[in-house]
Amino acid sequence: MNRVEPADLEYLRSFLPSKRVLVGADINPEYAHDELGRIKGVPDVLVRAQSKEEVSKILSYANRRLIPVVTRGAGTGLVGGAVAVKGGIMLETTLMNRITELDEENMTVTVEPGVLLMDLAKYVGERGYMYPPDPGETSATIGGNISTNAGGMRAVKYGVTRDYVLSVTAVLPTGEIETFGSKVVKNSSGYSIKDLIIGSEGTLAVIVSATLRIVPSPKENLSLLAPFPTFQTAVSAVPELIRSGTDPTAVEFLTREVISLAEDYLGKSFPRIQGDAALLLTYDGFSAQDVSERADMASELCIGRGAYDVYIVDTEERKESVWSARRVFLEAIKASTTEFDECDVVVPRSKIVGFAKYIGELSERIGIRIPYFGHAGDGNMHVYFCRDGLEEDAWERKLQEGFDFLYSKAAELGGMVSGEHGIGFAKREYLAGSLGSNQMELMRRIKKAFDPKGILNPHKIVT
Amino acid sequence: MIERRIQSGVGPKTGHKNEKGVGCLNIIVCIKQVPSTSNVEVDPVTGVLRRDGIKSKMNPYDLFALEQAFLLREQYGGTVAALSMGPNQAMDVLYEALYMGADSAVLASDRRFAGADVLATSYTLAQCVRKMGKYDLIVCGKQTTDGDTGQVGPEMAEWLEIPHACNAISIESFSEGAFTVKVNMDHSIYTLKIEAPCLITVDKDVNTPRLPSYLRRKRAGNAQISVWSMDDLADQAESHYGLSGSPTQVERIFPPEAHDDRECFKGSGEELADRLYSLLRQKKRI
Repeated sequence: MNRVEPADLEYLRSFLPSKRVLVGADINPEYAHDELGRIKGVPDVLVRAQSKEEVSKILSYANRRLIPVVTRGAGTGLVGGAVAVKGGIMLETTLMNRITELDEENMTVTVEPGVLLMDLAKYVGERGYMYPPDPGETSATIGGNISTNAGGMRAVKYGVTRDYVLSVTAVLPTGEIETFGSKVVKNSSGYSIKDLIIGSEGTLAVIVSATLRIVPSPKENLSLLAPFPTFQTAVSAVPELIRSGTDPTAVEFLTREVISLAEDYLGKSFPRIQGDAALLLTYDGFSAQDVSERADMASELCIGRGAYDVYIVDTEERKESVWSARRVFLEAIKASTTEFDECDVVVPRSKIVGFAKYIGELSERIGIRIPYFGHAGDGNMHVYFCRDGLEEDAWERKLQEGFDFLYSKAAELGGMVSGEHGIGFAKREYLAGSLGSNQMELMRRIKKAFDPKGILNPHKIVT
Repeated sequence: MIERRIQSGVGPKTGHKNEKGVGCLNIIVCIKQVPSTSNVEVDPVTGVLRRDGIKSKMNPYDLFALEQAFLLREQYGGTVAALSMGPNQAMDVLYEALYMGADSAVLASDRRFAGADVLATSYTLAQCVRKMGKYDLIVCGKQTTDGDTGQVGPEMAEWLEIPHACNAISIESFSEGAFTVKVNMDHSIYTLKIEAPCLITVDKDVNTPRLPSYLRRKRAGNAQISVWSMDDLADQAESHYGLSGSPTQVERIFPPEAHDDRECFKGSGEELADRLYSLLRQKKRI
């Protein structure tokens, strides 16, 4: 791989205005890391693309010159996926932020990759539709969401990003612009290359447009907050809740510990509840009666499984008092410590209790605070290792040790390394450990088929 | 001058004692059903808010009032009764108060109460309070999100001839027949001692209101909410209630004009500061 040289900059500036080709001190330090900040790397040049033609020119040039290209959206990732660990060109897509088509006959919306999730939600919401995937970070770009197959809280009912991407238009390293998939509902036409690109974190191609499926926006929704004596009793109720046919949109678990951190962070109290843990359920639908009947069934079920009570979170004020806390869990944990690292393993729903118990034991054994929260409905856990007052050496050692134990436990329980954040740079070794050499070799060959020279986001996912 | 005085005594001068000999409090909380959206249209002909087809909810300020009452009940014992005035559907917010923890609820509902301004509303509520019997404290939200006057609470206190305090940020304690209250006077916080029975309106965000409980809802399924008409009240002079008891003439209701004119300045910090300064000078803001 080559570094960017003056002649390369000259080429880039031959078809791009200088203000969109930034080097040195003109590159904001934020571009040297992502949201988590532990993985660092400064790109040689930051290019802010505005069209697929520009992306095509940049890629074919970089491919000829063997310069790494790291595609970056809003930089909200947590695994170093969009960090230029080996320099090269950082290709930023946030200026490609147009919503290019709303097709109400086929219920699709076509967007450029730099459209922010919050802007897409607003755009379709105003027209009576919903784009169901809802990762907590709404200032992320759709391109980033597709690249990590982002999930979110509504996954229980609606699925994840992959379930809503009908087609992607992507630029291959050689500069060809190809559309994979289409607006069709059914498709049995050969390998699904679209599905390989989804979740590939910029290692196979650069997404320049995507057509997404939208659904009619539910008219009614309410949340239920069910406090339980313990985490175990709360989470044990989940499989039955899912089986019950009440069709929850979201099933989150909250622990007393993380609720307290959120209260400190926000400087306001969470509505008073009993017990050490709670389930936060959401129901949506098209009639108030239907939603309320399903919520009542779920309430009965929770109480039957040991909930102290079930609280009804029905108005904007009440939703705000509960969800404002849930939304800041990550920030609250971040604010509670000096440094932290995270893992977002996903285990089968039935194994959450066992996995959480293991986290508790691990925390005691290695002497490190490990708060966690997550999606009880889909087994996706967000686990945070907090450095607190640890010395650098001890912190790095305990972190490594903790992650090793945690990922091997997750694998033992039939889990996967990442539920929604991706592999990026930070989780590569755990992916290799979890999938084994045969599957990693297949991934390497797939990567080679798309990107034989290995210029696209090198050192990410596979090495 | 409108002559509508409530003459007789209005309950004990101090909190009464429970069986353990500790002071316990009977509290009344006034709540109101309001539109659940801020985008309520105004009928251009009648100038009245169009409430049809608009979903309703409890006035958000009243949630803080209820929570404050529940906290006092927890500390001192006693009861919390919710009181509202409105059409039959206002029953919904009273049920909600029961699900949150109120012990009983009263709805003042009568076609003759319709069209009431703050004076007639406060008078009607004061009449209801009298009928409700002994109380130590009335708690109200400091205002509603629809009417926004913030006057009903204080005017009720005047009708009842009891002291009142507005914009309380906390009711600290109750002892020797008086509440110690902190009130927000915008630029300062006053600590007041106010003798019971009294009326206190609470500021927003002073607590986190508890959520309605499914179990309480189940239990309250058959709960009776007392519905009182004018015939149930001591003063039955129709001219004191509703539109006829309302001296306020609303000439016009209109949504405030929304200005979203904006200008974007670009330049260095220094240039922007100069630009802003001269603009503020020009507009005589500084």
